[in-house]
Amino acid sequence: MFGHARIKDHHGEHRVFGGRIVFAGVAAAVFLLLVTARLFYLQVVRFSYFADLSQGNRVRLEPLPPDRGLIYDRQGSVVAENTPAYQLELVPEQVPDVPGTLARLAELHLIDHDMVPGLTRLIRTGRRFQAVPLRLSLSENDIAVFSVRQHEFPGVEIRTRLARWYPFAAQAVHALGYVATISEEDLKHIDRDQYSGSALIGKIGLESAYEQQLHGYSGYRQVLVNAQGRRVDKLGGTPVHLETRKPTAGNDLFLGIDMRLQHIAEEGLAGKRGAVVAIDPTTGDVLTLASVPTYDPNKFTRGISTSEYAELRDDIDRPLFNRALRGTYPPGSTVKPMMALAGLQYGVIDPAAVRNCTGGFSLPGSAHIYHDWKAGGHGPVDMKHAIATSCDVYFYGLAEVLGIDRVHEAMSGLGFGRLSGIDVGGEKAGIMPSAEWKMTTYKQQWYPGETVIVGIGQGYLTATPVQLAHAAAIVAARGRNFRPRLVTALRDATTQDKRPLDPVEEPSVQLRDPSLWESVIEGMEMVARPGGTAAPSFAGAPYRVAAKTGTAQVFSLGQGQKYNAAAISERLRDHALFIAFAPADAPKIAIAVLVENGGHGGSAAAPIARRIFDAYLLGKYEQVPKPSAPPPGATLEDLDEVH
Amino acid sequence: MYELSHEAQEIEGAPRKRISAQASLVRRLHMDGPLLSLLGGVIAFGLFILYSATGENLAQWLSQVSRLGLALLAMVFLAQVPPGWLRRASPILYGTGLLLLLLVAIHGSASNGAQRWLDLKLFRFQPSEIMKLAVPMMCAWYLHGRPLPPSLRDTGVVLGIILLPAALIAKQPDLGTALLVGSAGILVLFLAGLSNIIITLGLVAVGAIVPVGWHFMHDYQRQRVMMFLDPAQDPLGAGYHSIQSQIAIGSGGLFGKGWMHGSQAQLEFLPERSTDFIFAVIGEELGLLGQLLLISLYFAVIARSLYLAAGAQTTYARLVCGSFALTFFVYAFVNTGMVSGILPVVGVPLPLVSYGGTAMVTLLASFGILMSLYGHRRLVGS
Repeated sequence: MFGHARIKDHHGEHRVFGGRIVFAGVAAAVFLLLVTARLFYLQVVRFSYFADLSQGNRVRLEPLPPDRGLIYDRQGSVVAENTPAYQLELVPEQVPDVPGTLARLAELHLIDHDMVPGLTRLIRTGRRFQAVPLRLSLSENDIAVFSVRQHEFPGVEIRTRLARWYPFAAQAVHALGYVATISEEDLKHIDRDQYSGSALIGKIGLESAYEQQLHGYSGYRQVLVNAQGRRVDKLGGTPVHLETRKPTAGNDLFLGIDMRLQHIAEEGLAGKRGAVVAIDPTTGDVLTLASVPTYDPNKFTRGISTSEYAELRDDIDRPLFNRALRGTYPPGSTVKPMMALAGLQYGVIDPAAVRNCTGGFSLPGSAHIYHDWKAGGHGPVDMKHAIATSCDVYFYGLAEVLGIDRVHEAMSGLGFGRLSGIDVGGEKAGIMPSAEWKMTTYKQQWYPGETVIVGIGQGYLTATPVQLAHAAAIVAARGRNFRPRLVTALRDATTQDKRPLDPVEEPSVQLRDPSLWESVIEGMEMVARPGGTAAPSFAGAPYRVAAKTGTAQVFSLGQGQKYNAAAISERLRDHALFIAFAPADAPKIAIAVLVENGGHGGSAAAPIARRIFDAYLLGKYEQVPKPSAPPPGATLEDLDEVH
Repeated sequence: MYELSHEAQEIEGAPRKRISAQASLVRRLHMDGPLLSLLGGVIAFGLFILYSATGENLAQWLSQVSRLGLALLAMVFLAQVPPGWLRRASPILYGTGLLLLLLVAIHGSASNGAQRWLDLKLFRFQPSEIMKLAVPMMCAWYLHGRPLPPSLRDTGVVLGIILLPAALIAKQPDLGTALLVGSAGILVLFLAGLSNIIITLGLVAVGAIVPVGWHFMHDYQRQRVMMFLDPAQDPLGAGYHSIQSQIAIGSGGLFGKGWMHGSQAQLEFLPERSTDFIFAVIGEELGLLGQLLLISLYFAVIARSLYLAAGAQTTYARLVCGSFALTFFVYAFVNTGMVSGILPVVGVPLPLVSYGGTAMVTLLASFGILMSLYGHRRLVGS
């Protein structure tokens, strides 16, 4: 036994326990009174403060997306409009199993298998309560497929939204561009507040370039919401005054493009690869901007599938490539009138001076012979005839006399090597070489032989069809330079005021004597007359045409080799080029036509220009393109938005 | 024995005095009538507000009713278990609980970023809930035969019994439950007569541990503490719960906006409105008066339980009953305190009111044990 071992003292224990119990009870009362005091403070002392806060809490602003502006062509035909479409949407917070839901939708072919990873990412990054569009436009069959299984897809529903519709489908797509769903990349550049209610944004072409005009301004509507931001209809019966500010629709665009001309251009290029750009030389209005092959922008607004996109992307004819704006080609002989202008500008040639063309040209002290396209040469030619017969030797010599830096200077004034400033993005500048340019680009000095071939539009010189049409327009306007533009007027959506945009005039090209213009244009007119390289295409034209054909080498020939179109593969054949304007004395239209691997400009490219001229100048429209109606289904009455 | 309460005499004399059949049934089932009615009051109040707090979700409400039925069955069942069995079962329960906690720590399925649940295929099970009962029972079991107030050595052992599971639970991390489990054990020590000196020293030590504990806290736990100190600093993030619940309560005023008319709760600004923050729904819809009614009911339950604890016969019974009574108080105080913004937000439900079955079963089980320990008194020495 341990002396000091304590034994259980029931009485003491009980007393202590009782004391503690009483203490605990009192403490509990005190603490609960503390809470009560706090509640009194919140509910009585600060009641009005919290009552105000709770009011502000439950009314939230919901964005109202503006209607996107429409786009009209020169004749007032709608080329981009908004039509209601059935859209498949998913509200993330209402979907118990997002991956499973997407997988099952893909099995039903309501969404594309390839799109599942992208959609999953979009759903994960977005707000839980905000609907994510899965498919932008459902067909009637899709709707039927989904409707019978709707109960299997909680949180997925069909809503009617305004979708973009391009009635002329693939026509003029390289000018119009398209809209598509806003990507994570887009979100970096835009005002998120303005786009909080919008599903679509211009991706390319005018839709992108005029995005700000077309989009308009978001409105808002006060809605009764719960904390997840979801709209609720009732709050236990308490009526609440809710305010709405309507969105301001985007401005409508009016284009210089005439879809009838556009149709002729695209028909003319059908089955080929090429571009047509037609410009009104008095304003810079682009009448036609065609790049073929084309593609249907409606595919993008409806949410293009990965496989459809891959098909377009991997097509060997590159339909997505905008040849008119971004294709840089050696302009070939089409630069000859411009070279003549350069010579006149610097006073190095006399239009009447005759030069003997023997079919070959050599630089002093060099054995290398630059051949003329015509074996044996053209004999004695003056400037006009040199243009008319496209005499290479004449221009070899002219280029050599001018030197590359003067050629560069003069040609830059005509827009070569510079962006034309057309009001749509993505334009390429091409190359107008100079000694300095070669030094910065290749760290090499310029060789005189390189100047010689620039004289016939080969070598380093490249230009886009837009630049060629622009240069032709400058010549047509006798030196006046209007910046090419697709949009000629805007219409305010609210006031319906149509506001024409003033043409933008750039510094003109000046010649010492304005009559010198006529000597060059005379030469170009001879191109379209009997004996000229484009004569067959313009036989019987009741208006005066100034033109120039061109053929650009894709495949370089070795010294002494002969070009044999039949022997080389189609894609290595020469590009056919053609520039023209009419009527030559008072031009209303200037054009550039490019047919890739088309062979000779006179035979492959000129006929397209003829048809466009006849249509534009004489009103001879053989075929008028028909706008197509959007796929049937939704009507405006079905719209799930306030307008 | 010397201290026999009036009720005990009444039980003895009940059949002869022809107390109503209902009351006699209650007593034959070893239940305490007043406590049972008070609990019934709290539960009825809870179901009333829960219907509104779930947004008139009848399915949820009915599932709560069915859980409640299960919890009541557990209570009635436990009330029948002889106190001696309960005492002897204490170490087994504690050991099993500890084992399961370790299992959770290794295998538990993560839910809400925290490992709390053990997936038993048939149902998911939260071993930390067992510990809310097992820890105080184990502490009382250990102290039962020993002289009280506990010696320093016994105090150390009991602290070990408490801290081991509490640490495992805190690590899950579930600060709310760790707090409840820890406090349940500490309360046993307190009731056992732990000297005031040790209590003071302990409080000082806790004060010193706070900075150390801060270091070991999970980010979201720190966030909650920081947010408690300044809720306005992150109104849509960590402070959201606190701000929204205070708006809800404050805008309720004296009489409330009316049942099912609380804009904060009905429009779901109030987070976890049917679970941890249901007290704010009461404040918003039923006002200060509604909250006072519930707090009064809680106090009555606590007072009655303490009264029963004081009347229990064995050391084990007294300690367990007292601890359970005070744990119920801790629940009520911590939850109402956090919802009204005087305590940091910790995951403690409003007892017998919050939606959710686990806490409901544990709480009613503790009252079942409490009634068993009180109701099976041997009337020796009267």
